[in-house]
Amino acid sequence: MNYNWNWGVFFQQTPDGDAFYWEWIVSGLLWTLAVSAAAWLIALVLGSVIGVIRTTERTWLVRLGNAWVELFRNIPLLVQMFLWYFVIPEFIPPLKGWMTSTEPIYAQFLAAVLCLGLFTSARIAEQVRAGIQSLPRGQRMAGRALGLSEVQVYRHVLLPMAFRIVIPPLTSETMNLIKNSSIALTIGLMELTFRSREMGEYTFNFFEAFSAATIIYIAIAMTANRVMAWVERRAAVPGYIAGGGR
Amino acid sequence: MGFDFQVIVDSLPFLWKGFQYTVQLTATAAVGGLFFGTLLAMARLSSFKPLAMLAAGYVNLMRSIPLVLVLFWFFFLMPLVLQGITGAERPPPIGAERTAIITFILFEAAYFCEIMRAGIQSIARGQVHAAYALGLNYWQAMGNVILPQAFRNMVPVLLTQTIILFQDTSLVYVISATDFLGAASKIAQRDSRLVEMYLFVAVVYFVLCYLLSWLVKGLQRRIAVIR
Repeated sequence: MNYNWNWGVFFQQTPDGDAFYWEWIVSGLLWTLAVSAAAWLIALVLGSVIGVIRTTERTWLVRLGNAWVELFRNIPLLVQMFLWYFVIPEFIPPLKGWMTSTEPIYAQFLAAVLCLGLFTSARIAEQVRAGIQSLPRGQRMAGRALGLSEVQVYRHVLLPMAFRIVIPPLTSETMNLIKNSSIALTIGLMELTFRSREMGEYTFNFFEAFSAATIIYIAIAMTANRVMAWVERRAAVPGYIAGGGR
Repeated sequence: MGFDFQVIVDSLPFLWKGFQYTVQLTATAAVGGLFFGTLLAMARLSSFKPLAMLAAGYVNLMRSIPLVLVLFWFFFLMPLVLQGITGAERPPPIGAERTAIITFILFEAAYFCEIMRAGIQSIARGQVHAAYALGLNYWQAMGNVILPQAFRNMVPVLLTQTIILFQDTSLVYVISATDFLGAASKIAQRDSRLVEMYLFVAVVYFVLCYLLSWLVKGLQRRIAVIR
């Protein structure tokens, strides 16, 4: 293979001369983290609400929740990204006006966060529903028999248990979200994968650029894994298998 | 802004070509990914530690980086590797479509590996011992006793993964391959008809994936009754 290795390329100046290539990678990483964090917040809040209403006994609420999950699960994420960035603004003129007048990065950020947040919310809703339904029926009944309202039963009895149960699947959804954020490069958002490819195109040192991105993604995955394992230990319920034999 | 159905009708032949590529890519990647995924699963469960660690490393690497980045990696590496193998003077042109097929087979192998590993581990250990006691060797025990049952148990999960794969193939857009979405996107940009084309693509994907996952659910219920 004739390939010109040059690991020093990260310390070369970019064509516009005001930055080094490693700074591109770092700024890409920051955008990846910003998009993921914002989308994660939306996904967790919406996902919990949708997951909860799918376990109530109101048929129309359950249907609404099911429709939400099916809608976001059955359209490829990339197509959803295009819908949020190119199609939906066409139907909301004020949004369209804002998107064309502001800096492109803000419009891209908004579309990417909404897209990833809602997509992930459908997946988290599924986990939360499964978590609640894995609890014995008696817990809900006992709560109601004690005189708690339906909201109180969820707040004090069901959700504290269900959220602990769904921590492991939530961890893998969080990692999926971070990986999925790379799809935002298709609408021009300059996140990590975008920046590493751009660096490759400018320098022809694709190997070094992609390696940097790969190592960063692996580091993020490992960090997220450790953090969630810590959360899991802190939140473990004594007496359950994950809580140890105390 | 009027909704122009005519642009969709006019571009149907081109979209159909893209759709055929999407199906071909999905089918090839599913079959190839299942084949290599099963081999990987057997390697991961091997008692020969270096092999198990190598397989685990490959699977974990593939699963911790985004598919987009994997596509970029292969798109860049494939010509160099082919050049290394054939000893040609300049990298042979291989094309985005073929690159995508190889990438998806190798990427999906990691995901199918985890499914097959769970499938193999769901088989009672006594069956392995029984197979060895009958005098079967490793490949015979795997091929005739363990894998047929593992496949059967995992059919719904394998099919669900294939539906996810069907959706993920749309990502070949990033290396400019003309799949279903790629075809629609080319028309959309040529005719400035983004709304019509992307909505049409979304509806088609939704209807197909919804139907397929509904069928898988039905199958799952039937299999669950048998066991």
